[in-house]
Amino acid sequence: MSKGTFEIKVGLAEMLKGGVIMDVTNPEQAKIAEDAGACAVMALERIPADIRKDGGISRMSDPEMIKGIQDTVSIPVMAKCRIGHFAEAQVLETLEIDFIDESEVLTPADEHNHIWKHDFKVPFVCGCRNLGEALRRIAEGAAMIRTKGEAGSGNIVEAVRHMRTVMTEIKRVTRLDEEELVAEAKDIGAPLSLVQQVAKLGKLPVPNFAAGGIATPADASLMMQLGAETVFVGSGIFKSDDPAARAKAVVEATTHFKDPKIVANASTGLKKAMKGLDMSDIPKEERLQERGW
Amino acid sequence: MQGDFALHHNALERIGIESVPVKTPSDLDQIDGLVIPGGESTTMSLLINTYNMFEPLVRFGMSNPVMGTCAGLILMAEVVNDDRIDPLGLIDIVIERNAYGRQIESSKQKVEFVFSENHKIKLSTTLIRAPRITRLSDDIKVLGEYNNSPIAILSGHHLGLSFHPELDEIDIFHQIIFDKQSEFYFKKIEHLDVA
Repeated sequence: MSKGTFEIKVGLAEMLKGGVIMDVTNPEQAKIAEDAGACAVMALERIPADIRKDGGISRMSDPEMIKGIQDTVSIPVMAKCRIGHFAEAQVLETLEIDFIDESEVLTPADEHNHIWKHDFKVPFVCGCRNLGEALRRIAEGAAMIRTKGEAGSGNIVEAVRHMRTVMTEIKRVTRLDEEELVAEAKDIGAPLSLVQQVAKLGKLPVPNFAAGGIATPADASLMMQLGAETVFVGSGIFKSDDPAARAKAVVEATTHFKDPKIVANASTGLKKAMKGLDMSDIPKEERLQERGW
Repeated sequence: MQGDFALHHNALERIGIESVPVKTPSDLDQIDGLVIPGGESTTMSLLINTYNMFEPLVRFGMSNPVMGTCAGLILMAEVVNDDRIDPLGLIDIVIERNAYGRQIESSKQKVEFVFSENHKIKLSTTLIRAPRITRLSDDIKVLGEYNNSPIAILSGHHLGLSFHPELDEIDIFHQIIFDKQSEFYFKKIEHLDVA
């Protein structure tokens, strides 16, 4: 019998497809998320919008809070650790978290290295802005990739940019000759074997989800139509005026993303969405997506 | 609706069977067999109820072949140990969700399956936060067991698996329930005595 292999890690990511993963900061929010149809929750101390507002160092969540959420819901519970902070990841593994997000939303612990994720039995998800970054994370052992977007902004523009970039680069790779793939691997800074795999499959070798700025049912539908296989919604739910209704609406729009009538119905009668930020209001040095390489 | 449906589409394509996604009651008019995939059973149950799929699915299941893996098996059960889920009651079993623990306990192992006296095969089985069948009625045929619990059961034209053959690209279970040409088709094996 084997446990914690790469295949088994990717297996759980496969089960989450077509669903919505929601950021929650306490058991009550986790319950709202599960009741609304979330396929997993992400336990974190502050949602990205508050991290952005409050500043300070943002770290792994308190184990007690994580356990409280694990005791409350039956769906998978994910949690974030800082980029490169493998000791936080070890703690999360001990807590039997179902998925670890090595996340740019928290303050990075290592400016040069990400975690060597093959050392863990628990699967990891990592953010990316382009194909090279995605493949570097997969090489380190990530079993799921999400586009970074700009967390806590309520602005979909960066998530779209990153998903479009990844998809365009994948299409490009599928058209290259063998010798060109070597040059491409060098240019995007990714292992050749993974670039060759992408060229053959026409997609990433692990599930590809979207995150960072999704605030409405139509945002979720947009990301799914652009090629995301599942969406993460962070601040968008619990920074809105009606978290339970909005959570359910985003789930419906994600499932029925190709059916504009259903997305329209799901969008009807919701209260105010989170206010959101224009990218020009976020100085480059405060952009979370710039963290990690 | 939610889950690893894409892998099931791949499996069906490999055995030459066309498949379409099913998300609303009218989608059921176009098909003559159904796979309920792995995923989150709470999410699927909610979507089934929101889109008035419950009655149509039960009606469809009464006269057509249905296969469920993991969360799909949970939804096919008569009784589930979780009141957030309304099971369809297609197979007379009692089932316990996440019975083996969290993701860190998810595992892969070889299990011997007995389809008939002449068809015994060892296959890889991947259990992902898997459920456990805790009670089943006498007329249900057990095709395979793991840890003293059935993990593959056949009940008339309903096939329930607590593991994921679609993750390991094993197509024999799809053949059992959908492929009339296959020697494993359930109507060919159901009358054979299994010791």
